[in-house]
Amino acid sequence: MAPQGRQEILEGAMAVAHAVARCRPEVIAAYPITPQTHISEELSTIVADGELQAEFVKVESEFGAASVCLGASAAGARAYTATSSQGLMLMAEVLWNIAGMRLPVVLACANRSVSAPLSIWCDHQDADSIRDCGVIQLHAEDAQEAVDQHVIAFKAAEDRRVLLPVMVNLDGFLLTHVFEPVELPDQALCDAFLGKYEALYKLDPGDPMSFGCFTEPDKCMEGRWMIHDACLRSAAVIEEVSAAFARTFGRNSGGLLEEYKSADADTVLVAKGSICGTIKDVVDELRDKGRRVGLVRIKTFRPFPRDRIVAAVRGAKRIAVVEKGGSFGSGGVVTPELKDALYDAGLRIPVSGFCVQLGGREVAPDGIQEIIDRVEKGEQVHYEYFRLKKAILPDLVP
Amino acid sequence: MSAKLSMDKLSIGCVCLPGGSIGNHTGAWRSMMPVFKHAACIGCRACELVCPEGCVFENPGKKHLVEKLKREIADRDFDPDYCKGCGMCAEECPVDDIDMGLEEK
Repeated sequence: MAPQGRQEILEGAMAVAHAVARCRPEVIAAYPITPQTHISEELSTIVADGELQAEFVKVESEFGAASVCLGASAAGARAYTATSSQGLMLMAEVLWNIAGMRLPVVLACANRSVSAPLSIWCDHQDADSIRDCGVIQLHAEDAQEAVDQHVIAFKAAEDRRVLLPVMVNLDGFLLTHVFEPVELPDQALCDAFLGKYEALYKLDPGDPMSFGCFTEPDKCMEGRWMIHDACLRSAAVIEEVSAAFARTFGRNSGGLLEEYKSADADTVLVAKGSICGTIKDVVDELRDKGRRVGLVRIKTFRPFPRDRIVAAVRGAKRIAVVEKGGSFGSGGVVTPELKDALYDAGLRIPVSGFCVQLGGREVAPDGIQEIIDRVEKGEQVHYEYFRLKKAILPDLVP
Repeated sequence: MSAKLSMDKLSIGCVCLPGGSIGNHTGAWRSMMPVFKHAACIGCRACELVCPEGCVFENPGKKHLVEKLKREIADRDFDPDYCKGCGMCAEECPVDDIDMGLEEK
């Protein structure tokens, strides 16, 4: 390991593993799945080498990994797991329980397409599929953010005003497998920033209790409301923790949104994840040509930052949402949530939803520019599979 | 701290202490209700043992005469707060001394 406090060239997943180790989780349980595997592999090495005093539990599945983290967290331990795609699907049932039991487990999702058709490449349909379960979702644009958002995730999750699981999303391969300059959080600063996790309630044979108990219809709604309320209120905590992180570590990696040249933009793109790097390049190019284009990047997708996003796009003449996901039979995932927020704010800005990069299909700057050109010419689409190759579809499809 | 936990007033994470489920009155689920006839009951306690809620009990001080045995047997009764009306007691009673009747609400 290179000395702390300076940039190193690290693979994204490796960098995340070392950042997690510096957050000192006491229990780690994970099952290998591409493209997450390097995170848990490296963590198991770190534990085996004695660099981190933690129990690394080898489990038989992602259901087991999430369940071990649930139990460990209920017993008062700081717990961590990482997964992707089908692995996240297999965790889904447990994640609902972790959120409902209000356990601050932190996990990474190396975003990957969900089968079928089988694909190991990146899109956001895995994370989007579990948006409703009470797990806070952060999205990183680059490896540095993925690293830093893990520290923010533990701090926000364990805050008594939150007590919810936090999932850090980083695009599979695009971030997990690329080598980038990364500064790992300094161990002493990390220790001081996070402190030791003190559970509100914990499993103890000497003081037995049950978590997430049975509720009759006269109480269940209130149990669910508490999750909703805590998730909504976590927005302020995420901003507060992110500001504290920036003061301590000197990097502005957290927060709810990033407004990139969007303040005076006529055309605003909305997106999350690593594609925002490409979008920023296109925005810069078009700005040089005098075109008023900007990006609003969603860094926190749950809780959905409604008020912030409305304030950020209020002055736009048109919006294009660029998303790596969607809901079959309906449309986008981010797009309708944005429209919902705009409608309640009384804004009728035309919004187009473009579905891109499913299963890792590359979208280069020319693709982003095409989207901008089309909406600037007045085109508006509800939700479009961008650059769909109709020529390879079977004859049965009209 | 934990001594205050109950399901009457919810806690963060719906945490409760052992016995906390006593606050969940599963009797509200019931559509059929057991009727203990107190005629042929031989006091074998099968009804108590098979009850998944553990809510069949000996009613203290109440007895019935069983002609065949020529002696008095303690009455069984059930706790309507928890009986879900599953009918297992009636199904398993070896002397058919429990009927299941429709409960009008």
